[in-house]
Amino acid sequence: MDKLNRRLFPRKLDFRNGNIELAHGAGGKASAQLFEELFRPAFSNPELDRGDDAAAFEGAARMVVATDGHVVSPLFFPGGDIGTLAIHGTVNDVATSGAIPRYLTAAFILEEGFPLNDLQTIAQSMAAAAREAEISIIAGDTKVVEKGNGDGVFIATTGVGFLPEHIVEKPGAHRAQVGDAILLSGDIGDHGVTILAAREGLPLSAPIKSDTASVHTLAQAIIAAAPGTKCLRDPTRGGVATAVNEICRASGTGAILNEPSIPIRRPVEAACEILGVDPLYLANEGKLIAIVPEAQVDQALAAMHAHPLGERAAKIGRIIEDPDGFVQMETVSGGRRMVDWLVGDPLPRIC
Amino acid sequence: MRYVDEFRDTKTAQTLAKAIYAEADPNRQYQFMEFCGGHTHALCRFGLEDLLPDNIRMIHGPGCPVCVLPVGRLDMAIDLATSHPEIILCTYGDLMRVPGTNGRTLRTAKAEGGDVRMVYSPAQAVDLAGKNPDREVVMFAIGFETTTPPTAAAVKEAARDGLSNFSVFCNHVLTPSAIDAIMTAGTGESGVHLDGFVGPGNVSTIIGAEAYEDASAKWRKPIVIAGFEPNDLLQSILMLVQQVNRGDTCVENAFARAVRPGGNTRAQEMCREVFSIRNSFEWRGLGTIPGSALQLGPDFESFDAEARFAMAYRSRPDHKACACAQILRGEKAPRDCKVFGTACTPEHPLGSCMVSPEGACAAYYAYGRFRDTREIVAAE
Repeated sequence: MDKLNRRLFPRKLDFRNGNIELAHGAGGKASAQLFEELFRPAFSNPELDRGDDAAAFEGAARMVVATDGHVVSPLFFPGGDIGTLAIHGTVNDVATSGAIPRYLTAAFILEEGFPLNDLQTIAQSMAAAAREAEISIIAGDTKVVEKGNGDGVFIATTGVGFLPEHIVEKPGAHRAQVGDAILLSGDIGDHGVTILAAREGLPLSAPIKSDTASVHTLAQAIIAAAPGTKCLRDPTRGGVATAVNEICRASGTGAILNEPSIPIRRPVEAACEILGVDPLYLANEGKLIAIVPEAQVDQALAAMHAHPLGERAAKIGRIIEDPDGFVQMETVSGGRRMVDWLVGDPLPRIC
Repeated sequence: MRYVDEFRDTKTAQTLAKAIYAEADPNRQYQFMEFCGGHTHALCRFGLEDLLPDNIRMIHGPGCPVCVLPVGRLDMAIDLATSHPEIILCTYGDLMRVPGTNGRTLRTAKAEGGDVRMVYSPAQAVDLAGKNPDREVVMFAIGFETTTPPTAAAVKEAARDGLSNFSVFCNHVLTPSAIDAIMTAGTGESGVHLDGFVGPGNVSTIIGAEAYEDASAKWRKPIVIAGFEPNDLLQSILMLVQQVNRGDTCVENAFARAVRPGGNTRAQEMCREVFSIRNSFEWRGLGTIPGSALQLGPDFESFDAEARFAMAYRSRPDHKACACAQILRGEKAPRDCKVFGTACTPEHPLGSCMVSPEGACAAYYAYGRFRDTREIVAAE
């Protein structure tokens, strides 16, 4: 890991003169470095160090917790708003551990002057998303900052879930093994393009909306059909590209993706061409990556296809041996290229 | 998207690759330069070198505007932004991160209090000048012939609106001069031998296919103009191999859907009206080349920021560890640079080729690095 970290972060954080940059919140390489060199040394423990999206409790082995902050701009967008994201983001992090999400807490940081009407809309969105996910919001907190010191509303949520009896070992990125298949539950880039298009005022030829959704029932369906499932990830900030890199880093493997088999909707692909962005790095808010033993690929895909959120699921690649942890891709042209971590922050405040 | 698919289609790529294999003579080496950074990016992004036989080598050229701007010119812009509080310096995003002398950038100039703003086009700078009559707005204009017409249009607009607080720090350069410089360098001892060029796509929409006739005739090399999709590039490489095998040295246009023989004559006229040719201009890597760049012409001299703010050019050396110069001449590949991927990364670039996505180092870092891993020594 040390050698890998040295390659990944050749320049250490500069604690004397360095400052927080937008890239530290982008969910890409800089975020990973901030965790690795600042938060992890400060808080280190075996559960945190695993680097998964959700953690199990010591002494309450069947319980899982995850937490997530939400700063999306604009607050309202086609397919959802910051309220739906605040539920789905945390529910999905809990879901990737194989747990069934049950309870949520929410902390609101509001800016002086923010319209009550908007806040009510956001609260109602949260309530609807929570009902749909069958979870309860059981505690919360509200703070207000002076005008100019926030941007409307930020929401931090923490979710608690329980691992069902039949899950013996919870899925985790460190469990991926050479030969495993990489499955993706559906089209990439919908959320990222929606936010970008809303910001740029880009008129789109076909309607695109965020894919924001709770994926815990999909996660359960995958695990039930393919009990050997090694890892589940929701590819949010940093996109599929960064999620697969994280899995490789945690498991000491490499990966090879097959570009033609990565599902993407035509309007999203076209918008990415116009905006000059690579959809592999765009945030998704209702998708799952599943690392599954090759022998269980068919049943896992069948289960995904039978679920409304997995109709367009596909096998997009496989885990390979690579001590350097590179993710490669067979391109549409038949050549190979590398798929790096997200570098920098081309799209701040995507979720 | 249907229009793009045709030029990205897997089957066509395979057919073209087969044709290249069949055409290439196994008993000889082919070395082609893709001039344009956009082509370098596409070659790496689609992994096209994997589709070529071993005896065809692609050498990355200097056609990346951010890359060829020398340190001395960046220093001029950085000094301008930090020493004139009345100035709003407008620039394209990539330029913000290119290091000048002592690692200073336009971003650090901004942190020091300089008013540096990122724009997407020179027209935005003209808008700013209109909205800020008490400030001086300077457009830091760079680029090959593709980006020159928008600058010309902005200058004309400012002239028409009587905006006396708008000016241009002009760094526009000319593609045919660079091709000539590359070929001249190729005759030197460390020079790289080239069998032909993949000609620029976007630039050629402006200057036209005929603009390369002189270079092709002088150096007796084939030039095939290509679009930016993978199958465009494969097609142009096939045509280059065919020409070499036939002993031909002509200009061919494989991007006819966008490039006309005479180019965009209206844009050319506008540029001739606004700009004149500089006596000489220093390029990073290629040295000082006579007649290779533009300045504001006699009718628009009052918009010349260099004259208005008495900016003087001083040639400054690149970072001593940086191999951008050799890389821009095609003499070195990014992986041959000692600091590639260690002290020099897209997050902390030392040289210009690592900054712009069109730079050879950035393209290779993002897409090609997995091919040759090596022990990485931590940078200080």
